[in-house]
Amino acid sequence: MRSDGNASAPLGLKIAAGAGLAFLHLPILLIFLYAFTTEEKSYQFPPPGYTLKWLSVAWSRPDVWDALWLSVRVASISTAVALVLGTLCAAAVSRTKFFGRETISLLVILPIALPGIITGIALRSAFSFVEIPFSFWTIVLGHATFCVVVVYNNAVARFRRISGSLVEASMDLGADSFQTFRHVILPNIGTALLAGGMLAFALSFDEVIVTTFTAGQQSTLPIWMLEELVRPRQRPVTNVVAMVVVLVTFLPILGAYYLTRDGDQVAGSGK
Amino acid sequence: MTAVLFQQVSRHFGAVRAVDNVDLAIAEGEFFAMLGPSGSGKTTCLRLMAGFEQPTSGHIEIFGETAEGVPPYRRNVNTVFQDYALFPHLSILENVAYGLMVKGVGKIERLKAAEDALAMVKLPGYGARRPGQLSGGQRQRVALARALVNRPRVLLLDEPLGALDLKLREQMQEELKSLQKSLGITFVFVTHDQGEALSMADRIAVFSEGRIQQLGTPEEVYKRPQTRFVADFVGSSNVLPPDFVESLGFGKHHASLRPEAIALGDGPGRKPFSGRVTAASFLGAASRVTVEAAGARVAAMLPASVAVPAQGDTVTLSFLPEDLHIMDGAR
Amino acid sequence: MSIVTDTSILAGRQGPSGRLSDFFWRNPRILLFLMLTPPLTWLGVIYLGSLFALLLQSFFSIDDFSGLINYEFTLATYKQLLIPSNFDIILRTVLMAALVTLASAVIAFPIAYYAARYARGKWKVIFYLGVMLPLWSSYLVKIYAWKLILAKEGILTWLFAKLHLLWLLDAWLSLPVVGGASLSISYTGTFIVFIYVWMPFMILPIQAALERVPGNLIEASADLGGNPAQTFRHVLFPLALPGIIAGSIFTFSLTLGDYIIPQIIGSSRLFIGQAVYAQQGTAGNIPLAAAFSVVPIVIMGLYLWMAKRQGAFDAL
Repeated sequence: MRSDGNASAPLGLKIAAGAGLAFLHLPILLIFLYAFTTEEKSYQFPPPGYTLKWLSVAWSRPDVWDALWLSVRVASISTAVALVLGTLCAAAVSRTKFFGRETISLLVILPIALPGIITGIALRSAFSFVEIPFSFWTIVLGHATFCVVVVYNNAVARFRRISGSLVEASMDLGADSFQTFRHVILPNIGTALLAGGMLAFALSFDEVIVTTFTAGQQSTLPIWMLEELVRPRQRPVTNVVAMVVVLVTFLPILGAYYLTRDGDQVAGSGK
Repeated sequence: MTAVLFQQVSRHFGAVRAVDNVDLAIAEGEFFAMLGPSGSGKTTCLRLMAGFEQPTSGHIEIFGETAEGVPPYRRNVNTVFQDYALFPHLSILENVAYGLMVKGVGKIERLKAAEDALAMVKLPGYGARRPGQLSGGQRQRVALARALVNRPRVLLLDEPLGALDLKLREQMQEELKSLQKSLGITFVFVTHDQGEALSMADRIAVFSEGRIQQLGTPEEVYKRPQTRFVADFVGSSNVLPPDFVESLGFGKHHASLRPEAIALGDGPGRKPFSGRVTAASFLGAASRVTVEAAGARVAAMLPASVAVPAQGDTVTLSFLPEDLHIMDGAR
Repeated sequence: MSIVTDTSILAGRQGPSGRLSDFFWRNPRILLFLMLTPPLTWLGVIYLGSLFALLLQSFFSIDDFSGLINYEFTLATYKQLLIPSNFDIILRTVLMAALVTLASAVIAFPIAYYAARYARGKWKVIFYLGVMLPLWSSYLVKIYAWKLILAKEGILTWLFAKLHLLWLLDAWLSLPVVGGASLSISYTGTFIVFIYVWMPFMILPIQAALERVPGNLIEASADLGGNPAQTFRHVLFPLALPGIIAGSIFTFSLTLGDYIIPQIIGSSRLFIGQAVYAQQGTAGNIPLAAAFSVVPIVIMGLYLWMAKRQGAFDAL
């Protein structure tokens, strides 16, 4: 028997793997079904009837729009901050071997490795200690902290693939550090940064645990949903919002996947 | 005029002396080779010229101007990298025009110059392609064009032919040589292949352990190696031990003798010695025979017309006295 | 041509940017310092600073009468963690995290194994996205989906009814500890949702570990007379173990600190995350909340230390 890669999997394994994937995806598909149910008061299955009415009801709800708008603004600014901080960190770590680079990697990963509630509580007590009132910026502060790692991971992986001689070649041909960054480094890490930025956006757009501690009375879309989950008042509207959130987060994830896939081919063709 | 001048240049990495007290003067218009095994310091010397490394001590001049402390992008010196280092996100034409672009040359002018440079390396019309679409040999030519388009005063080549196959390598050797002649630019190239250095260079510096072992024309280095290392590394000369050399009547010295200077049998004016054949192999154009003679191992290259002696035979070999080179500074 | 110069050292780009570039080239450490200052200020000062300030508070105590924080060093707050009602919370959370990790590994393994060894080309992409999409999709939506599924009038009850198995569901719900009035307010429900939400984090590390196993190793074992169970136990499992440990870091840590899942789907008995939330919020006892949050940090520290010794970080 040889390993030719075409060997067929045992039936049991196929069933187990297929069932595992189905377990991951079926619950999300159910969300789509419930967005069109005519039932308002319970989670009855199967739905007694189907309607498009909740789409327009949700559309005309100002509180949903406000929450969505706040989430988009927070995610955009947090992503921008994370892009700058994550890229700087990745560039510094990959450019030189200096004392403490392991520590820096650990520091970047820490906000996502520790349970979110700890990050949230720590920031909240720090805000109250230095008497910063809750605002848009307190939310951004929390979000940017854990978004850095996503950008950092993507950028570090790409920096590692750019061969060091590309930078030397650029300088050899007369480009100073800034020109080299603009004409060689940036185009080569661009797609990795875009992918990292998209994932950071998805992460921030969805975040609820840290946000509950740093938002005060403000309501991002996940906070709005959390309140509906704890005390359901608008079941049909929540169903529609859940469906929209699924669709909105899928796009950056798919985009990031295609970007890094193609990007790796581009960066790999130098040799 | 001196193109590149090293005065007691050293480059240490921690305790490692990559380049150790090197003195060097490369003349303008010269095709200069730095030859040595990996880790001998030749590549570090090249990087010192390009500006990627700074000397730990010593002084470097390029055409009379002080080079230490000057960043690579301010040196009128260009490099052809071993892995070519073509920019993967740019087309071939943009790659070649890159140096002119960052110096602020207008678009029309720089693209015209890049086209000309591509024509010069026999790749006209390849400008729109991407580096990934070219073969190794073609990428090498692009790297050459990308460097030459800047009209550098010194062109540095880091193992430029290392990644090419034998046939392409021989072809490129000739092309590089004629390109250098027609442009008149000083070429400095690094190689570990002695054949490449011998066939292309005007002068060769043989490196070992961060130092220059010998500096001279290919003929000098090949025929009169000054140290055992050079004799060994360049042309795989026989290094004869002092006792053996004394027994032949040349005094108690190390000496080198090239395999092809040795013939089977004796003749007028030749020095004979005899030995037992320990290995013999037919190589096509010649046969290589190794003989054990009075405590010395001697390799001889015999023409294919001569019958190959069998292993274990005792044979008489001879050479002309002037082909034996006494090494004074043998190490 | 105008570009030909006969100096060997070029004048270079004029202006401040050229001079700045020269300066950074001569002083690379200053550039490094400038690059690291913003991220290190943010993460090292703001984030770590807040974290340390929080941990510091766990050594203070709260005055029972005034409800104000008493800023004197004491271990009394930590002692409170050991009183039965609090210690139960810790035990319950750690047990749940361990069970979730174990179950996740069991469910994740076949997916990872299939993806690593049998999926090729298009299927490889489908498996990859099939894991990445649920992993990245909205945490709250996932919980919400399960609220729909586990509700008394929801799809699961309907399914059991269709299969005439409602008696089985009722029997399970009438069991002590794991049961409850309905699945959505039982430990069983909490357990299922924890697995659903954190299991995807287990798949990719296992897959990465398995992909480094040459296929012929498995065939070599079969060739030497090993039956599938023996091959799994002696060849596959030891090789996949670093990946499982790496994945378990996520499932364990994330379960340990979660407070939203048990709040929405589960009984009224608290987990560590909920205790922290309650202590800092309604109870206003920041020192106790801080002491509670030290527990997952210490547990994860120990866990990471053991994982590192097993070489799990190579599989991350």
